[in-house]
This record gives sequence, structure tokens and C-alpha cells, in this order.
Amino acid sequence: MRKLKELVIERGLLLSALITIAVTVGIVLVLSIEAVNFFSEVSIIDFITDPEWTPLFSDKHFGILPLLSGTLLTSFIAIAFAVPVGLSISIYLSEYAPKSFRRTIKPLLELLAAVPTVVYGFFALMVVTPFLQSFIPGMSSFNSLSAGLVMGIMIIPYISSLSEDALHAVPNSLREAAYGMGSTRLQNSFRVMVPAASSGIIVSIILAISRAIGETMIVAIAAGQQPRLTFDPTVPVETITAYIVQVSLGDVQHDSLEYKTIFAAGITLFVFTFLLNTISYRIRKKFQEKYE
Amino acid sequence: MNNIRKNRLKDQAFKVWGIFCTLLGLVLLAVFIGNILVDGIMRIDWEFVMNLPSRKPEKAGIYTALIGSIWVLLLTTLIALPIGIAAAIYLEEYSKKNKLATILEVNISNLAGVPSIIYGLLGLEVFVRILEMGASVLAGSFTLALLILPIVIVSTREALKAVPKSIRDASFAMGASKWQTVYHQLLPASFGGILTGIILALSRAVGETAPLIVIGALAYVPFAPSSPMDEFSVLPIQIFNWITRPQHGFVENAAAAIIILLLITFVMNGIAVYFRNKWQKKFK
Repeated sequence: MRKLKELVIERGLLLSALITIAVTVGIVLVLSIEAVNFFSEVSIIDFITDPEWTPLFSDKHFGILPLLSGTLLTSFIAIAFAVPVGLSISIYLSEYAPKSFRRTIKPLLELLAAVPTVVYGFFALMVVTPFLQSFIPGMSSFNSLSAGLVMGIMIIPYISSLSEDALHAVPNSLREAAYGMGSTRLQNSFRVMVPAASSGIIVSIILAISRAIGETMIVAIAAGQQPRLTFDPTVPVETITAYIVQVSLGDVQHDSLEYKTIFAAGITLFVFTFLLNTISYRIRKKFQEKYE
Repeated sequence: MNNIRKNRLKDQAFKVWGIFCTLLGLVLLAVFIGNILVDGIMRIDWEFVMNLPSRKPEKAGIYTALIGSIWVLLLTTLIALPIGIAAAIYLEEYSKKNKLATILEVNISNLAGVPSIIYGLLGLEVFVRILEMGASVLAGSFTLALLILPIVIVSTREALKAVPKSIRDASFAMGASKWQTVYHQLLPASFGGILTGIILALSRAVGETAPLIVIGALAYVPFAPSSPMDEFSVLPIQIFNWITRPQHGFVENAAAAIIILLLITFVMNGIAVYFRNKWQKKFK
């Protein structure tokens, strides 16, 4: 009896674990089935090469490039802001700051990632954009610069926290050897610690990129809804995620081509983040073996 | 000598830069919260919380969105909690080091990195259309439950991992079965850690906007939901809707609703940190 009960419980637990696989299979199936439907109507070459994305207009074009450039532009601005700041924070906290300061500041920094993104969107649109407009004349009230910068604030803790963990995991002997040779904390940080923790730092940056590419509300609110192929940070653009939101808000018929476009956009997004996540997982596994 | 002084100077300069960076994000957050408070605090009163949505900003309230958020939060917890904890127990205590375990692990780590809007597309197709739930509270809750599942699993595993092996050995030595050990020893011992993870996951769920917009949650719902099959709105969607309206009165409303949403998020995070600190002391 008891054995049977144990077996039933174990199977039940296994079933729960298998649900996670079902979720992945579900995502891949849903995205690819709708995307296949989409590509039976729109040629995949047009999708990749057409420089215009106007599925909601009467003159329809289905080129993903403008959405992709919007996504990459906002993500690039966010990363360009968050990486130097986040990395400096992690080095400061791990190599310079007193322990007590680190203990109080870390949960506070993590609050930055806990703030709902719709709130950041408000911040970008109502505070950062007017501020930037005051010294960049001609800047549109929807633009990728302000959305990207605010997204950068949001992802700072992803970089600082994971990089700090990586720096912390470097054996103390390396640190002591560097100090023994007479190096300053700065020399120790950049010539010994950062190279030694490089894989962990790279992982944190990749995860941050993936987070930025998938971020939705900040860009939907502050970057605008005008797909255009540009790298000018002062004009409105549209990201893949913002486009999905735009369509979802409207009254689009199920089974219409417009409806399928959000899945085609979605699978593009999924492929990008999936690649980034897989790379970071691989690096992380290697890194774990190194010091454990 | 000159070189040494130069290096010391650089070292000091980086220290100042480090402090500046550390405080930068926090100061910006503080500036922003200050801004929001100025914009919205005067707008918050009992009527704002209890009023239904309205086309006139001074009459509009967050009642339906707030009740919607509470519904979604409760149902998401009910769905994600048992599955997440069970999956974590399996992975941490039962699973052997075989291929299946590796696949499960890689898969969960990947799911944690899938953008939330993709979960929205999954929910739209599976829950809203195939299972015919419509844009209901239930469909929204299932979608968010799948979204937070990886977080619940990972944090529960961390909590179980932190329980010393001696407790397991002692329990087995007394003749307890595996499940008895898990149920009577490991779960109580890791309770604080599991709770922390769950509260953090829920605080993420309460702020999620994009996946719910995708499944078709509405910005304007005339009545608060009274059953899982009702249409609904949530606080973040209400905020989003108000931000995108041109009249100035709605900006004030958005700021006021943001204050309430931030309050909920920060209180949840505070509780989570409190439990984590309390629980970490237990094993150290």
C-alpha cells in the first residue's frame, strides 16, 4: 500500500515537472503553426527584405526590417547605458564597498527590476522625454532614446547583480596574489577579477540583451507606433513587441492576415531571445564547472 | 613615484565613479517616485478607489481594475503554486541525473527567458481560442501562471537545496519514506524560502501588462468581475489606458493609480525580503 502511494505521488510530481515541457512545446507549436499560415500568404523573402511594414494600411507591406530595427535600436541604447553603469556597480560592490553597504544596497537595486514596466513607460513619456527635449530641439515626443534609456535603468540590476555574483565567486587567492604584487584595487579589478569572471559577466550582459529585446510596455508607451527603418534615436519607431500590443488593442478579426502577423512577429522575437538564452545557458554551465 | 601616485589617483577616481553609478539608478527612481507623488497623491481618495471607470477623468476610478487584479492574483496563485512546488520537489528530490533531468533543467531555464508577450500569444491561442475561455479572468490567470512557473520552480529548488542533508538522513534513518521526508521535514524547513520566491513571483505577476493585453483583457470594463469567466481589466492595463489618453486629467489618474500599484509591488517585495532574512538566519 505504502509503496503504491509513494509511486503515485512520484508520478504526480513528475507530471507537474513535465508541464513545463508542455509549455515550451505549446509556445513553439502555436507560434509556428500561425507563422506557417502567415507565410503561405506572404513570401518569406518579402518578410525579410521589404523595407516597409504596413499590414494595417490598405497598401500592405510585410517587411519585418523596420520592426527589427526599432527593436535593435531601443535595445542598443538600453545596453549602451546599462552595461557600463551595471558593470561599474558590480566592481564597486564586490571590490571596493564595505560589506554592510553591499548588503543594504543590493535589495534596493533589485527594486529597480521589480517596478512594473508600465510605470517605467510613464516615466519615459512624462519625465525623461520632456527633459531630453529641453536640450535636443526637434525631438519627437515619442522616440527611441528616452525609451531606451529608461529601459537601461530597468536592466541595470540584471547586469550588476549577476556580474557581482560572478566577481564574488572568483577565488580569493587570485585577489591576494594581485595585492601581493602591489596592484591597486583598480588594477586588480580590471586586470585580474574581470578577466577571471568574464564568462559570468558575459552571461549577465546576454541576459540583459534578451530582456531588452523582449521588453514591451516601455517601448509601446514611449517609443511610438510608427514602424520605420531608421537609426535616428529622436524619431518615433515601433518595436516587434509594441506592434503586437498595437494589434491586440485594436479590433482585428481572428483568422485575418493582420491577426497572423502578430504570430509572425512573435516567432521572430522568440527566435532571437531563444538563441541568446541558449548561448548564455551554455556559457553558464561551463563557468559552473570551472570553480565548483 | 609619480606612477604610484597616478595609480592611486585612478583608484580613488574609480571609487567615486562606482558610488556615483550605484546611486544613479536609485536617485533616478527616487526622482521619479517624487514626480509621481506630486502628480497623483492629491487624486487618491476613497472615491478614486471605489469609482467605476468613466469618460470624465475626475469621476473615473480604479475599482474594476483593482478587483480584476485581485481576482487574477488569487487564481494565478492557485494554479501556479501546486504545479510549481511539485515540479521543484521532483527535480530536487526525486529526479536522477539522467537525460530527462537535463532536458527539464535546460527547458526551465529557457522558459524563464521567454519574453512575457510570447506567453500572451500562447494564452491567446490556447486558453482564449482553443479552450474557449474567452478574454476571461481564468484565461488571464492561466497565462500569468505559466509565466511565473519558472520563477516559482527555481526559487523553490533553491529553498529545498538549502536544507542540510543531515535532516534528510535523519528522517530516512527513522524509517520515513521519501514522501514522508519531503512532506514532514523538507517542506516545513524550506517554507520561508519557498514563500519568498512565491511572493516575488506574484509581485511580478501583479505588474504584468503585455500578456494580458494580448489575450484581450479590456481597458474599459463597466463592472468588476464576479466570476472567473467574466471579462476583466487589471491595474497596469488601466494605467496604460490612462497614459495613452490626451486629456490632462487622465495623466493625474494614471499617476494616482501608479502610486497604488507601486505600493502593492513594494509591500510585496518588502515582505519577501523580510521572510528571506528571517529564514536565512535559520541555517546559518
